[in-house]
Amino acid sequence: MKFLRMRPGHGEVLLTEGDPDVREDEERLVEEFRRQLDEGMWAAVPTHTPGSGRRQAVMIHDFDEIPSGADRVIFFPRASGG
Amino acid sequence: MLFTVLALTLVALALAVPALGDEISAARRRRAKRAKPRERRPFVDPGRERRAEQRARQLLRSCVNEEEWAMYRDLGFIRVRGATPGYAYLVYPHKPVVAYTPETGRLLNEYCVEFPDMTAAIGGTRLPDSDDVLAKWMALTGDERRLIRTANMHLPGRQVDPGRVRRDLWRLAQWERERSGARS
Repeated sequence: MKFLRMRPGHGEVLLTEGDPDVREDEERLVEEFRRQLDEGMWAAVPTHTPGSGRRQAVMIHDFDEIPSGADRVIFFPRASGG
Repeated sequence: MLFTVLALTLVALALAVPALGDEISAARRRRAKRAKPRERRPFVDPGRERRAEQRARQLLRSCVNEEEWAMYRDLGFIRVRGATPGYAYLVYPHKPVVAYTPETGRLLNEYCVEFPDMTAAIGGTRLPDSDDVLAKWMALTGDERRLIRTANMHLPGRQVDPGRVRRDLWRLAQWERERSGARS
């Protein structure tokens, strides 16, 4: 699983990656996930429903909410009224 | 007599030249002193924003479906259907999200929303265009209510020209007709 983050002037950057089933990787992923949320990021996992062609995102508030099998989590700055 | 005048003129000129030179140098020094020191501008890589946008486009393409990607590529915006039937949004890069009713084409509201990266304030806070669109798409499809709650809601026309939105809706209808025609 990859953690990607949108950055001004860069596009997305890879924060970290690892296998959540491997304990060391999971600890690193959890730590990075918390750091990103502490920095004010929102996290989302893009998903698709097989057969329907419909795609959508699932907003993730806690590491445990990441759908199993998700290959990436995208962090992006939280919204504010413009 | 003429020779004397000429000689005197030459002598006067010879005496005046050094004084004139000093005056010119002094004037130059005064002007240089008055001039503001040159501002040192940081080096700006002209390809940086373009490369960032290319990466952002690839990420957007990998997240949205084929129709949405083609819509963005061809028309410059994405239509996102709302959770409530009969309600949809037009998502533009770095412009408010425009809500409308697809059945009638009636414009409902503008939702002004931004995704400023305050942790990157030194390098600018603005995401590449396609990242901004993807952020809106994820926030709308993932948690429409939260995004709408966060945004500042205005009547249509505050930031986005309603005439332009109507033209975009017309372009979208044409585009969809062409695509369905090409498929059948």
